[in-house]
Amino acid sequence: MNNALLVVLIASGVAYGTPLLFGALGELLAERSGVLNLGVEGMMLVGAVMGFWTVQKVHGNAAIALIVAILVAALAGALMASIHAFLVVTLRASQIVSGLALTIFAGAAGLSSYLGSDLNLAANPAAHTFHPFFPSEMQNWPIVGPIVFGQSALVYLSWLCVIVVAYYLTRTRPGLSVRAVGEAPGAADAMGIDVARYRYLHTIAGGAFAGVAGATFTLSITPQWVDGITEGAGWIAIALVIFAFWRPELCLLGAYFFGALQALQPELQARNISLGPTELWTNAAPYVATVVVLVLVSWRGAARRLGAPAALGVPYVREEA
Amino acid sequence: MRFTVERRLEQPRWLSVAVPVASVVFAFLVAALVLVATGHNPISTYRQLFDAAFISSGSLDQTLISATPLAFTGLAAAAAFRMRVFNIGAEGQLYLGAIFAAAAGLYFGGRGHASPWVIALMVVAGAAGGAAWAAIPGVLRAFFRTSEILTSLMLNYVAGYLLTYLIFYSESYWRQTKGFNATVFPTGKPLPANAVWSAWVLNTQGGITVPLGAGIAVLTAIVLWVLYRRTRFGFEVQVLGDSEGAARYAGVRTRRKILAVMAISGAIAGIGGASQVGDFAHALDGDPNGLQKQGYGYSGIVVAALGRYNPFAVLLIAFLIGGLDNAGNTLQGASFPSGLVGVIQGIILFCALGGEVLVRHRPRLLRRASVGEATPLSGAVQ
Repeated sequence: MNNALLVVLIASGVAYGTPLLFGALGELLAERSGVLNLGVEGMMLVGAVMGFWTVQKVHGNAAIALIVAILVAALAGALMASIHAFLVVTLRASQIVSGLALTIFAGAAGLSSYLGSDLNLAANPAAHTFHPFFPSEMQNWPIVGPIVFGQSALVYLSWLCVIVVAYYLTRTRPGLSVRAVGEAPGAADAMGIDVARYRYLHTIAGGAFAGVAGATFTLSITPQWVDGITEGAGWIAIALVIFAFWRPELCLLGAYFFGALQALQPELQARNISLGPTELWTNAAPYVATVVVLVLVSWRGAARRLGAPAALGVPYVREEA
Repeated sequence: MRFTVERRLEQPRWLSVAVPVASVVFAFLVAALVLVATGHNPISTYRQLFDAAFISSGSLDQTLISATPLAFTGLAAAAAFRMRVFNIGAEGQLYLGAIFAAAAGLYFGGRGHASPWVIALMVVAGAAGGAAWAAIPGVLRAFFRTSEILTSLMLNYVAGYLLTYLIFYSESYWRQTKGFNATVFPTGKPLPANAVWSAWVLNTQGGITVPLGAGIAVLTAIVLWVLYRRTRFGFEVQVLGDSEGAARYAGVRTRRKILAVMAISGAIAGIGGASQVGDFAHALDGDPNGLQKQGYGYSGIVVAALGRYNPFAVLLIAFLIGGLDNAGNTLQGASFPSGLVGVIQGIILFCALGGEVLVRHRPRLLRRASVGEATPLSGAVQ
């Protein structure tokens, strides 16, 4: 029963979707404060390389090494995001160009590759990796075994993050302020909210999430270091935020949907099932779906209802607002 | 004390040259610090870099090969960004241009020397492919007000998977299906002899091979400059870029203009794709680790931003960045730190972006006390 196609797809969708979920939650925080950060791929890769480096260096207890690695990855991602924050919030540079610059600076042919080769990381597999969190008899339970109990601690951490981010944005005072900053920075400023500070903090927090997303690859999904290990997951994470209408709980569903699509092609091939040009549509589907959602969102007035932050991508200048 | 910037009333001209130059110098200094910190010798590393990019024999040939696609994608980005249409889909438009141009070359090509007609047809097909792909985000922006930034970005990936699919996962018209090699590794069908683009050899020291695409890029830059600076169309589009409301009030057909700008931008990127096929690959390159790994479309945005969207500056910057790319590719190995080129390019761009603010604004330090005095209300609230 646990080998049924649907169960396998959902279980691997959860596993593959987890880095997308972390990345999307981070991007969501930044975008809700009005900052579009196209540097997710670069931040992920730097988080991936630094997390991997940490487990190779921290000896002793595996659990402690992994926790330290996740923290280091978050810090690395946050550091990358702070460059973007400085450029777009303080210097009011173009958010698009700055985000792309961040991906070039940090990405597969940039800092992450430099660090990977300089710290000599490509030679060995990860010294510690995340394993399924629950005992193996629980993983053998029908259906819920592989899907719910067969996952690593990072998956459960991501669920916690979804709850925290959703609660923060909708039920707390600072969360309300973030949304105000993303929707109407002028009004937020008049209320006494420090727009620049909110944008800095949430862009940097977004970078930390992206760093953890990267470490999910090097410590759990493919526990090794190669240049460009994320293979475009950062861009899917950006797509996912839109696909999920800028809402954390929908990010979770979308991430697992996109994750399952990634697992679909090899599974179908292994079972000799043909569904047309699967190599094309399973890979292209997340992007096409996102374009469709973008069109729906931009339909007259729908944007507000569906959650696109009104001031996304627009620098805030008090004197010119 | 608090750092802030305020708008300049007049933009000093000298700054628009000084900022990019200073950015490049500063980026090399910062990267030198990184090199020292990680135990490399910056002077010998930079000497290696410049040798491989511009000085050693054959290096300029390779630099032109890297610079040609960057010139096209840079011009494509400049054509759109200048008008505040943010087409970041040059990557996908380049792939579609390559697909269309390869089809034209395979279909119309034959024996013999390079034929101007076949080459012209390939250029036209490439431009049409790129323009058609760019028209999708263009139509969505013009008629549904969908942000072209994200749709054009998403379509890059769709185009990439399409390209791979044509060569790797299907028996398409573009794929080589005959011969021994075809059974070992999937490749594109080679172009007929007269569809291979010719190149000029300049007779300087050792001879420099200038690909035909580089010439077309220069021509494109001239056309673009004339179109935007010397025609009614260019003027209207510029007004539209500055203020959509003003343009509409003046009777500019805004939807058509947005569509036209997207199509022009996509067509230029598409010709870049045609040049990839005709000048260099001589077949459609569907390998995910080939053309798609280069990221020409994204680097093109960097090139355009550094050139401040001026077509001629874009050509120059494309040459310099192409040199860096070429050096990065040539020097891959144990003695040269990998990823350094990306780091340098990233820092150059960060500095140029930061410097751009200096052109338009001047920095100022505010003391907290003066802020309080200027806004008595904030005191009253406390």
